[in-house]
Amino acid sequence: MSLFRLGEKPYPTQILQKKLYELLLQGKRIDGRGLLQHRPVKVELNVVEKAEGSAMVTVGKTRVVAGVKYDLGSPYPDTPDKGNLTVNAELLPLASRTFEPGPPDENAIELSRFVDRCIRESQALRLDQLVYVPGQRVGVVYVDVYVLDFDGDYFAPAVLAATAALASSRVQRYEVQGGVVTKVEGEKVPLPLVKLPTAAMVGILRDKIIVDPTALEEPALDASVVIGWGTDEELAAIQKDSPGLIPESIMDEIIEISRSVTINLRRTLKELLRDVWNPGLVRSQEEQASRA
Amino acid sequence: MERAVLIREDGTRVDGRRPDELRPFRMEVGVLENADGSAYIEMGKTKIYAAVYGPKEAHPRHMAQPHRAILQCRYHMATFSVSERKAPGMTRREHELSKVIREALESVLFLEEYPRSMIEVFVEVIQADAGTRTAGLTAASLALADAGIPMADLVAGVAVGKVAGRLVLDLSEEEDKNCEADLPVGMAPSINSIVLLQLNGRLTKDEFSEAMRMARKGIEVLYDHQKKALQRRFAAYGEVAE
Repeated sequence: MSLFRLGEKPYPTQILQKKLYELLLQGKRIDGRGLLQHRPVKVELNVVEKAEGSAMVTVGKTRVVAGVKYDLGSPYPDTPDKGNLTVNAELLPLASRTFEPGPPDENAIELSRFVDRCIRESQALRLDQLVYVPGQRVGVVYVDVYVLDFDGDYFAPAVLAATAALASSRVQRYEVQGGVVTKVEGEKVPLPLVKLPTAAMVGILRDKIIVDPTALEEPALDASVVIGWGTDEELAAIQKDSPGLIPESIMDEIIEISRSVTINLRRTLKELLRDVWNPGLVRSQEEQASRA
Repeated sequence: MERAVLIREDGTRVDGRRPDELRPFRMEVGVLENADGSAYIEMGKTKIYAAVYGPKEAHPRHMAQPHRAILQCRYHMATFSVSERKAPGMTRREHELSKVIREALESVLFLEEYPRSMIEVFVEVIQADAGTRTAGLTAASLALADAGIPMADLVAGVAVGKVAGRLVLDLSEEEDKNCEADLPVGMAPSINSIVLLQLNGRLTKDEFSEAMRMARKGIEVLYDHQKKALQRRFAAYGEVAE
């Protein structure tokens, strides 16, 4: 292609690009991984006792903590028969010398909106089951994600942390009698989470595709895209999150790669959550409700 | 809540379109007096102006890059562009869309040819009826061309949605509100590349592939009209031989 100097990076990055590509040709990455090999993933649950649910996720040297809080509130006027979900994410100044304190910038906004879409659009959280008095009192689920340490891709770890925190949450139980909502002291219930959304970051350098790039690799990539799946078969969210061209011809391959990466992440999560998360229970509650 | 019938029995859509049919659209280049480049687009009831200023001195100066121009982009919706008045400031959604539109344009701009300078792109939605980010991108690309800024290709965008289980091109607002998935796509068709890609909603892998093919077809139609709109603009100066 005669795209002279299109997307040309600063000179040091060009040297890095050349080196990375030479390695990719040999099937290797600069940290010794294979092209489609994810860094080790560690998920710790309940790291914050005062939160309804929480998770610390470490992917390589990227670290993200997510916490869930639950409250009563009024539904949005256009969804009187649904609870509310509010997702916020912050790129803490602790995490990188390039992150600055202050109100969320466009990168933090993009991250929160992506995590939101993975949970909301996959319909993982049954917001319709968080209604106490339709149009009046509903449950409000707050998911807050903080990036603590940055070594490339915070999207996939953030989705993983948010999902793990939601799946392990135990929230205050409320009773409704004659339109009055009251706390049931000392009783906590899980949130109606029926799916485990996970996401994968895919990077492109010339004709090579890699997953889970590090902070060193990220600036050298031609393009990157983060892809969230609600289940093994269903996409939930996509975000091309940086400038650059993605050849149309490799898009299907990118989707398939992201599918297998997210299936593995979901399997790991399911195993970890086996004692605390039971989607079958949510469905039986639903059946009870329909019978009542 | 009652659900509107969005796909009729004969397979046509609520506004009578076929699944792979764009809304009626119109593009015009050079519509603003002061901007270095400008364009106007209508896609159905969506109406958007785009303006480009630059390349010019980078401001604030610490933002200047020694090896290339910086590109700034603001996607903004007028308060009256939607049914319920929108607050005048920038919402989180507008911040996100400004970023994805900027990055889509940056993918085809030869910014390395203008070190230490800045190019500004303003996208103003005066009426929103779905598809504003993609129509905004299409208009912004025309405005950049109008400003004479070199690009590897024009870019155009369109959304594909899944409505009542069917994939449809170029969602209207009515369809957008009740859709299962919304896939906005921006492409540089002559270099077969994707420049903008987002998804909100549930799609299988096969549906995604099919949706991308539909987007490509729609984008090709828009791309032809972009070129025609530019030819009309420059024919006035006798610079284009038919």
